[in-house]
Amino acid sequence: MSARADINAGGGWLGLYVLAYLVFLYLPVLLIPLFSFNNSIQAAFPLQGFTLDWYRTLQGNPALSGALVNSLVIGVVAASGATLCGITVSYMDLYGRSPLAATISAIARLPILIPGVIVGISLLILVNLIGLGPSRISIVLGHILVALPTTVVVMRSRFAAIPKTIREAALDLGASDWTTFRRVMLPLSAPAVLSAFMLSFLISFDEFIVVFFLAGTEPTLPLYIWSQLRFPRSLPTVMALGTVILTVSFIIAGTAEILRHRGLGAARRNPA
Amino acid sequence: MSTVVAARPLPENRISPVFRFAMLLPGGLVTFFLILFALGLLVFLAFRGNDGSLLGVGLTVENFVTVATDPLYWTVTLRSLVIAGLVTLATVVTAYPVAYYLAFHAGRRRNLLLFLVTLPFWTSYLLRVFAWKIVLAYNGVLNSAFIETGLWKEPTLAFLNTPAAVVVTLAHAYAPFAILPIYVALDTIPKSLLEAASDLGARPFTSFRRIVLPNSMPGVLAAALVVFVPTVGDYVTPAMVGGPASTMIGTLIQSQFGKANDWPFGAALSVCVMLVILCVVLVARGADRRFGSRT
Repeated sequence: MSARADINAGGGWLGLYVLAYLVFLYLPVLLIPLFSFNNSIQAAFPLQGFTLDWYRTLQGNPALSGALVNSLVIGVVAASGATLCGITVSYMDLYGRSPLAATISAIARLPILIPGVIVGISLLILVNLIGLGPSRISIVLGHILVALPTTVVVMRSRFAAIPKTIREAALDLGASDWTTFRRVMLPLSAPAVLSAFMLSFLISFDEFIVVFFLAGTEPTLPLYIWSQLRFPRSLPTVMALGTVILTVSFIIAGTAEILRHRGLGAARRNPA
Repeated sequence: MSTVVAARPLPENRISPVFRFAMLLPGGLVTFFLILFALGLLVFLAFRGNDGSLLGVGLTVENFVTVATDPLYWTVTLRSLVIAGLVTLATVVTAYPVAYYLAFHAGRRRNLLLFLVTLPFWTSYLLRVFAWKIVLAYNGVLNSAFIETGLWKEPTLAFLNTPAAVVVTLAHAYAPFAILPIYVALDTIPKSLLEAASDLGARPFTSFRRIVLPNSMPGVLAAALVVFVPTVGDYVTPAMVGGPASTMIGTLIQSQFGKANDWPFGAALSVCVMLVILCVVLVARGADRRFGSRT
């Protein structure tokens, strides 16, 4: 009992600190929506007046809508690829019982230890060598790589949380590997699959460092924003666009987070 | 019936070759082709001369000689290490109390707080850096706010285009990375250890210093690594808020593949960066072992 009392001592001050930390974390980001409604080219105090003009400039801009469509298509394809790889790599890592599967899983998490600029240039050399060149397919390959560690970690922890006995029961009752995987393990981890897909979509959608090297003539949304940052006049438009992107990102990330923990209650009680 | 079941080999041993191949194929292609082969190409290119062609010519160590002898690269590398080191120190030190609160005090609010802390991680890195640009700019948020409140008479240029701006911006951008590993390490410390220390008369600070801190070191090292690696190679933040005095090694690599157009030399610089990171990883590994890793 005394240990608990000791540990709790000073919790109030720490709570205040955590609050201040959250303010530090969110305040700079929230300035973007704040100034996107401000009736001035300058992002500065005092606020001039409320306007929706910057949001109106987003409409009927072919370069912007082209970049948006590009980002959406690349995001969906890359997220599908990264999720597929995440599922298979982590499943085989846990149940494949082969050194090759373990090696693949270890290498799949390696991009965390490589700065983005190096991932970008090594892929640039590769896609030029095989003749793809900077293109949308190259960006998809790059984003699969960037999102891979996340999907592997999400899927691996989910598969590991499913009691071993469930898979063994399916195999004992005569289900083949395919059936066990497709009819038992995959449905049990469906929320995590969706979560991995959404998170890797977000990673691809927001990714800038790698895409900078791999983009051809058709830019993605972050590249479009980067190109607009050179012009001070277009900064309010960038802030309006940024506000939309932040809102969508928050919603997708929030949903993904809820999905990741859903239905884990039963599995938690008996973790593998 | 039961004899048939009993005669069947154990489930683990009968994975069909077709299933194994199909399941290993996507991950195998990505890891061996996109990661290992691409990195191999990079290393190969680093030992080639630049003749404007894709893979260069000859076999040479000239690129590495230039990196080693030109003081410019030593300066920039050193600056990158100092900036990344400061960012790592700042993020880990500020994240530790948050992780501590999450592990020991958060109670029912824990999941909500964890969610709030990780949420910025999923928002655009470019927008987070851009936010700092408008905060630190000459006619920006910070300057104008200080003038509004009467603290300053006129705007100051002291914020933007300094290495300090790079450190603050990067520390903010990578802050969410540091909390989770430390939190996991703190959360897995057996509570009985703390109770034992308290029962044996240790004061709160003593039990923190002798039990909590050493036991959380693997998490601290993991956090330091995931912050250090992306920061040391960053080129976006120096370009946005750093100015010419904060050129980092990532900036130089990027320009070799852009304006300077010397791919083999850029590849050699990248290999050097990876070697530096490898050294840091090995040092972290060694430190981890000293603290008796539980991972």
